[in-house]
Amino acid sequence: MHPHPVSIRHLRPKLLLALVALIAGLTAAGCASDANDAGSLVLYSGRSESLVDPIIQEFAALTGIDVQVKYAGTASLAATLLEEGEKSPADVFYAQDPGGLGAVEGMLAALPAETLANVPEWARSPEGLWVGISGRARVLVYNPERVSESELPASIEDLTDPKWKGRLGWAPTNGSFLTMVTGMRALWGEERTRAWIEGMVANEAGIYRNNTTQVAAAASGEIDLGLVNHYYLYRFLAEEGESFAARNYHPSGGGPGALVMVSGAGVLATAPNGENARKFVNFLLSKVAQQYFASQTFEYPLVEGVLTNRLLTPLAEINRPDVALSDLSDLAGTTELLRSAGALP
Amino acid sequence: MSTVPGAPKGTTRAAARARPPAYIWVPSVAIAIAMLMPPVYLGVRAADAGTGVFDILLNVRTFDILVRTFALVGIVTAACVALGVALAWLTVRTDLPLRRTFTVLTALPLVIPSYLFARLLVITLGPKGTLQGWLEPLGVERLPEIFGLPGAALTLSLLSFPYVLLPVRAALLRSDPSLEEASRGLGRNGWTTFVRVTLPMLRPAVVAGALLVALYTMSDFGAVSLLRYQTFTWAIYIQYESLIDRTVAAALSLALVTLALTLLFLESRTRGRAEYFRASPGAARDAAVVRLGRWRWPAAGFAAAVVGASLAAPIAILLFWVVRGLGAGESLTLLWSNTANTLYVSVLAAAVAAAAGIPVAVFAVRYPSAASGAIERLTYVGFALPGVAVGLAFVFFALAVAQPIYQTPALLVFAYVVLFLPAAVGTTQASLRQVSPRLEEAARGLGKSAAQAFRLVTLPLLGRGVLAGAALVLLLTMKELPATLILAPPGFTTLATSIWSAETEAFFARTAMGALLLVLAATPPVLFLVFRERR
Repeated sequence: MHPHPVSIRHLRPKLLLALVALIAGLTAAGCASDANDAGSLVLYSGRSESLVDPIIQEFAALTGIDVQVKYAGTASLAATLLEEGEKSPADVFYAQDPGGLGAVEGMLAALPAETLANVPEWARSPEGLWVGISGRARVLVYNPERVSESELPASIEDLTDPKWKGRLGWAPTNGSFLTMVTGMRALWGEERTRAWIEGMVANEAGIYRNNTTQVAAAASGEIDLGLVNHYYLYRFLAEEGESFAARNYHPSGGGPGALVMVSGAGVLATAPNGENARKFVNFLLSKVAQQYFASQTFEYPLVEGVLTNRLLTPLAEINRPDVALSDLSDLAGTTELLRSAGALP
Repeated sequence: MSTVPGAPKGTTRAAARARPPAYIWVPSVAIAIAMLMPPVYLGVRAADAGTGVFDILLNVRTFDILVRTFALVGIVTAACVALGVALAWLTVRTDLPLRRTFTVLTALPLVIPSYLFARLLVITLGPKGTLQGWLEPLGVERLPEIFGLPGAALTLSLLSFPYVLLPVRAALLRSDPSLEEASRGLGRNGWTTFVRVTLPMLRPAVVAGALLVALYTMSDFGAVSLLRYQTFTWAIYIQYESLIDRTVAAALSLALVTLALTLLFLESRTRGRAEYFRASPGAARDAAVVRLGRWRWPAAGFAAAVVGASLAAPIAILLFWVVRGLGAGESLTLLWSNTANTLYVSVLAAAVAAAAGIPVAVFAVRYPSAASGAIERLTYVGFALPGVAVGLAFVFFALAVAQPIYQTPALLVFAYVVLFLPAAVGTTQASLRQVSPRLEEAARGLGKSAAQAFRLVTLPLLGRGVLAGAALVLLLTMKELPATLILAPPGFTTLATSIWSAETEAFFARTAMGALLLVLAATPPVLFLVFRERR
């Protein structure tokens, strides 16, 4: 035998004891934290901690409310909410895109009219179940060393021209992209949309995971043009400097490629802390919060009287198509079309 | 150890006919029930589609995806076995320079999230990556495509070889060198001895590791999504992430479970009834160090190249991101609470999984039957499933039957154990196969009860295998993302979740900071294990 065998004989009971003690301790700590006058709030955030944590902390500091945030992807939170149903501990669902909110619309309570009135009509749910918090524009991200400004297409429909073959990127599984295609169907109809998707597939558009990877690919010259949301570029510029070789372009001819979408928030019908939930949504629409989105996350404020970041093209100068948010809810129809046109498996 | 596979069976089989004691079969059955939860949940969800399930499976270009998945699994598994066995042998048995350093460094790639590694791979070796930049003066306009199978296979191989390395190290440390010495004494050279004697002895450990690699490769989403290689799990995630369609995702996940079970069944058919423990008295002493001679430095070069590609290069880029970000005025926090949370749940998960793995392994090895084999195979199911499916399964079950633990670390740890138990079962089992049941029989003969004999004789000898399993579970849990996102209590963020959060929004310095902390946090447990195994 080995002279000193490794022994777990003595280790195991201790570990089990430690485990029991730790779990017991944590449960106790969890119960104790409720003793707060302002109460608490459970927020499911599909928006990244890196982007929204500072403003959530601001809300907690201002109100004294104990805010507990669960961060995850918008889609997996929507799936979690659907799985939880009426037993969900969540008060507010703050989603990256209308698709995620649409998926759980049946679980949301209507918001007060004065909350909804903060934002223009195009930026809220037609039934008043959720409200847009910040605006994000669809853009083409391009490499200025490889695409001259005169070469940029007036509409993304021109991208099916064979001259773009092998030069494009897209993210057909990305939520914002799917919303754009839903808008495209509303604006162009099914056949024209299908022709566009097939044209993009024929042009061998590279399939990227998300927006970030496309912006990086445009800058490195891996692709010349990508279809993304506008704000990712500014993160790259902040860390890599002005020499970063990618810029945004809002298609001058408008159409679905110039769509402006929103992130949004809704209050659960089963919210244990409904009052705090509505307070939080109102706070996101306050000048303070809207100013935060404008200056820190490079998004478009939706509330009047808040200035857009000077780095961005003002909303009024974007040739934004007129699509009602209710036209952006048919995610299933969009994925079926992408599937049959060969862009999704 | 050391009967070569196929040796005659003797009285050692007597135990096989005995009825397993309650302290073995009761926990094993309980664990099997826990393991069945995810597939049962998926069955419930898939049933929402009724017979439409079959249309779904046909609709989704299933055959193409199957072929691609198997190609990737085959290549990655072969590569990991080659790398894992070679590095285990070099670090345990030879006079490789810096052996202990390499031992620690070769375990750490397991903790790097695959999507992050894939990102870094595209940045360096992509068509217009760093390497292309260096080669541009030579007229290289674009590197050959890394996207697709080559990139996905490279990423997963470089990150997954420790699954083979750790169990094989444990097996080498426990095995009896006398057979190898006999082989050398009979005039066989080192290489022939390695292939004919050492490798067959290592078979249970290699198989345990290879199965983990194969199933992990099946379940990975990060690498394949960034490197554009469409596997089964990719198709499942697309259903959850883009389409929020739990029905189709469940149907596809069940198909993945079936695939995994097929693989497990095939593996158990090839396992046979070989025995790997010593048939006659002897000493499990340390083997003589193999002198590599003129191969010493080339071998060190090989180990350094693997460590360089799988660990040092990513760390170098991450450090660059931190420095660049700080220069550009990014604010960085040290993420203490994330680090503490990560260590808290992963140490618990490792301890529980290691303990839970023992009865299952003993049941399967000491009391072989259809039931014990089935339970052992079942433990692998969670490992092959995408984390998001397992996460949602425990939302479903916790709210149905255990609401008080919903949104607590307890449920999170439970889910980790279901996901990663096979890492513990596999390594423990491989170790157990090296321990002769005659030792326990001798203890019984001296008047000890079966439980006492197991506790006093076998359990201490399993130490290394159990610890290697715990290490695997620990490293896996530290980087786990999808189930953590779904099941972590509100306010509970880990290093893995903050890396992901920063990466998706292009906060490079913060991503890098989190990832570097993850590697740092993984180092002490690995050091501890290396220290333990030496004593």
